[in-house]
Amino acid sequence: MKKILQTPIRDEDLESLNVGDVVYLTGHLVTCRDVAHRRLIEQKRELPVDLKGGAIFHAGPIVRKKDDGKFEMVSIGPTTSMRMEKFEREFIKQTGVKLIVGKGGMGPETAAGCQEGKAVHAIFPGGCAVLAATKVEEIERAEWQDLGMPETLWVNRVREFGPLIISIDTKGKNLIEQNKARFNEKKAPVMERIFSQVRFIK
Amino acid sequence: MDKEVAVQSLTDTMAKFTSYIGKRLPTDVKQKLADLRTLETNPLAKSIYDSMAENQEAADKLDRPSCQDTGVIQYFISAGAKFPLLGELEEILQNATLGATKIGPLRHNAVETFDEKNTGTNTGSKIPWLDWEIVPDSDCATIDVYMAGGGCTLPGKATVLMPGQGYEGVTEFVFDVITSRGVNACPPLLVGVGVSTSVETAARLSKRAILRPVNSKNPNANAALMEELLEEGLNEVGIGPQGLTGNNSVMGVNIESSARHPSTIGVAVSTGCWAHRRGKIRFNADLSYEVLSHEGVVL
Repeated sequence: MKKILQTPIRDEDLESLNVGDVVYLTGHLVTCRDVAHRRLIEQKRELPVDLKGGAIFHAGPIVRKKDDGKFEMVSIGPTTSMRMEKFEREFIKQTGVKLIVGKGGMGPETAAGCQEGKAVHAIFPGGCAVLAATKVEEIERAEWQDLGMPETLWVNRVREFGPLIISIDTKGKNLIEQNKARFNEKKAPVMERIFSQVRFIK
Repeated sequence: MDKEVAVQSLTDTMAKFTSYIGKRLPTDVKQKLADLRTLETNPLAKSIYDSMAENQEAADKLDRPSCQDTGVIQYFISAGAKFPLLGELEEILQNATLGATKIGPLRHNAVETFDEKNTGTNTGSKIPWLDWEIVPDSDCATIDVYMAGGGCTLPGKATVLMPGQGYEGVTEFVFDVITSRGVNACPPLLVGVGVSTSVETAARLSKRAILRPVNSKNPNANAALMEELLEEGLNEVGIGPQGLTGNNSVMGVNIESSARHPSTIGVAVSTGCWAHRRGKIRFNADLSYEVLSHEGVVL
């Protein structure tokens, strides 16, 4: 059965989740990436959206303005989460955000932030942007439009948005860091074998 | 054909083609992903491949860019010295990018550096990026269009090794880039490696390498052997789709090379994500054209 999280998300909704689990989201999902993080943390500007118990998406979508003035979500996939590593721990602390959706892993600072703030990071399959757009029911608001299309905070109402693969859980476990350690262990003997076959300089 | 009409015709075709490649993957990439999906046994990895396939079907049906990051537009031009619109091509491709941005629609991805403003048009200083090769005595032009997304551009790296580090050093460099930064760049990746004399020559060749078909081989036997060894070796590491582990890591490894200074080995890696959006189109002097990258295209 599909495990579906609903905003506002409570601590107890997340505590039983482990890295590698697959969940879906129904409720509100707000796009929030590089400049929004920088404005909150470095410039100390107040975010125009209340994220307490909320979910953010590291994403810069393609949005079309319809004839009635409303926005249509055309294509919205995740962007590289690691770019927000510098800010995320403090971001979780200041906003009370519970679910961070993005692509690829994040680092030890975010893992610490997830543990402190009882939050999780989840991976939506990168590049699957039309699949994601079909799960957006409506763009309810658009804040900080001065940042341009990719960086605007698009407030999306979503239904069963996913699959979301938990990559950092509330215990601070980090799936992609674990995987990277495994890749690094595996690569040494493989490289050794290749070395002996590429001694072209004689 | 009147020159003005010819310019308009080529602009329209390139605008449509640029938009088209953001919605449908080239035939070789599509085939490779289907093969990797079949070979995968890890359940989570399999479900990711299913999501990818579902996404590409939806993009085709709804006529939308399959990934929201439609990249910085780059054109790699191989133009005959006698191609009739040689002098007009730069302006044509600028306007084609403007047109594609509206047709797509494409995301606005050109930020003027230092002013730090998004131009909102996908054009800006030296963007779209043009790379030129002039072919003597020809009157045709072949253009590769590439959408350089942020995710697949981030792992890019170049360095200059000392000859003592040899091709072993090249191997190590490639593995380090792919198993660290490559993991976040939407694997399975197409890995482009430039082996050359300095950073910029290696970097340019590494980008040219990912424009080659996924299953193509370098004509030099040693380079082809190295492509094969790196591909097998990286697959053995088992990065899987999205870095979530799996039976394979890459779509392929392509190497392009040049001669080098005896004291240096320039090496660079460029990566293409699984949604490797590139297209190849050839124009004849009368502007009739053939799409070489995608089967059954109607523009």
